[in-house]
Amino acid sequence: MRWSPASRCSDALQEYPNLTGTKKDCNQGACGACTVLCDGERTLACLALAVQYEGAEITTIEGFCKDGELHPLQAALMEHDGFQCGYCTPGQICSAVGMMREFQAGLPSAVTADVSANALEFSDEEIKERMSGNLCRCGAYVGIRAAIHEAFRSGVPR
Amino acid sequence: MRNFSYSRAATSQEALTLIATLPNAKFLGGGTNLVDLMRENIEQPDALIDVTRLPSTGIKESGCGGVSIGAEVKNAAVANHPLIRQRYPLLSQAILFGASGQIRNVATVGGNMMQRTRCYYFYDKAARCNKRSPGLGCDAIDGFNRIHSVLGTSPHCIATHPSDMRVALAALGATVRVDGPAGEREIPFHEFHLLPGETPHIETALAPGELITSIELPPLAFAANSRYRKVRGRASYAFALVSVAAALEINNGQICNVRLALGGVAPKPWRAHQAEAALSGAPDKLDTFCLAVETELSPARGFRDNNFKIELAKRNIVSVLNELAEGEDKQRA
Repeated sequence: MRWSPASRCSDALQEYPNLTGTKKDCNQGACGACTVLCDGERTLACLALAVQYEGAEITTIEGFCKDGELHPLQAALMEHDGFQCGYCTPGQICSAVGMMREFQAGLPSAVTADVSANALEFSDEEIKERMSGNLCRCGAYVGIRAAIHEAFRSGVPR
Repeated sequence: MRNFSYSRAATSQEALTLIATLPNAKFLGGGTNLVDLMRENIEQPDALIDVTRLPSTGIKESGCGGVSIGAEVKNAAVANHPLIRQRYPLLSQAILFGASGQIRNVATVGGNMMQRTRCYYFYDKAARCNKRSPGLGCDAIDGFNRIHSVLGTSPHCIATHPSDMRVALAALGATVRVDGPAGEREIPFHEFHLLPGETPHIETALAPGELITSIELPPLAFAANSRYRKVRGRASYAFALVSVAAALEINNGQICNVRLALGGVAPKPWRAHQAEAALSGAPDKLDTFCLAVETELSPARGFRDNNFKIELAKRNIVSVLNELAEGEDKQRA
């Protein structure tokens, strides 16, 4: 595949054979549907040029299901009705996995009471704030948070 | 998006050579603002010079208790760095209140310094905007201006700067270190941003071809007692209607050190010098806080939809100062 400098990461992923999971929705960094992991960190594919990520490892939703087995978060989203139409779901999953890694790295958030302290509580309020970059127009937020709690209760995302 | 050439600089020297030789070129950081503006054809550079892979300078102590932050450092890395979280918690908070996790992972400190306004009329090519097309006029002044400025405006532009990080940096009195055709130099934060005046399209004191290389934070022990508060139309992931960055030190009931800056109300991060002067040395009392905000906001002028920002700013400054004063009391108790 060849792209011009003006091709954004979201365009490149959409045109790449068999990678249909990443969704381009608002196309301006407002909705989070195009969230992918870049070297393990969550990022928006629509706000970056493909060429900026030359040499980086990009993980899309297609990278989560291993040997036919769902990622624990995928399974938990089904269990907790964490989606209706499913359009935002690939972005929600990539975002939640990246979010959990940030949490484990000790990154505070806007609702963390004291950023100079080291203790973080994996509360509903923290999840809400940290996932605020991913919109769900079906309004499945309650189910999404429940799934995140369940999937990451016992620790590290794979 | 119009096509353009892309080069990736390996050293700052290479970046400076490229910008001097390529016509209509721009430096590219994380791209979270620039790429979006290019998609809208608001920015139309012929060449981009990626400066995110210059040798990393990172975040380090700069002596005497100050901290130096490389321009290439990602916003999330600044917010999570122990030196920043402990010495300048308001900066950590300001960044965490800005954008979303995805954007903070990519946006660089240097890029954030150059982030442009989110004025609707700046983005709408069918509208008149002196920032986008100098001399055309400003449709915001008589238009929908709920998000616009109440301080530092001109008859040519009332756009607000959108950054949270820069409000904290204004309060801290940071220094912007740049490199360029005339060599390295340091720009004090209060001189970096320009008010719109008659030239709203010129937003910073950067000379053509200059590259931001780092942000220098001064030693400021009392900034450990500091706070960033952001008021916006929804609880998260929205630009500020009003924001307050403040640091406070009280000794024997007297304010001995104070820093105050406002976001969402002006075309640049608004260091509240008038209020700081009124607070310094004054008794730590509600009356003092109220008097200080009246002094600072007395020149403020609304444009109809944004009139509310003046009162909103006053109340939030007083409330943040109160919280910081109470925090100081608790520490001593």
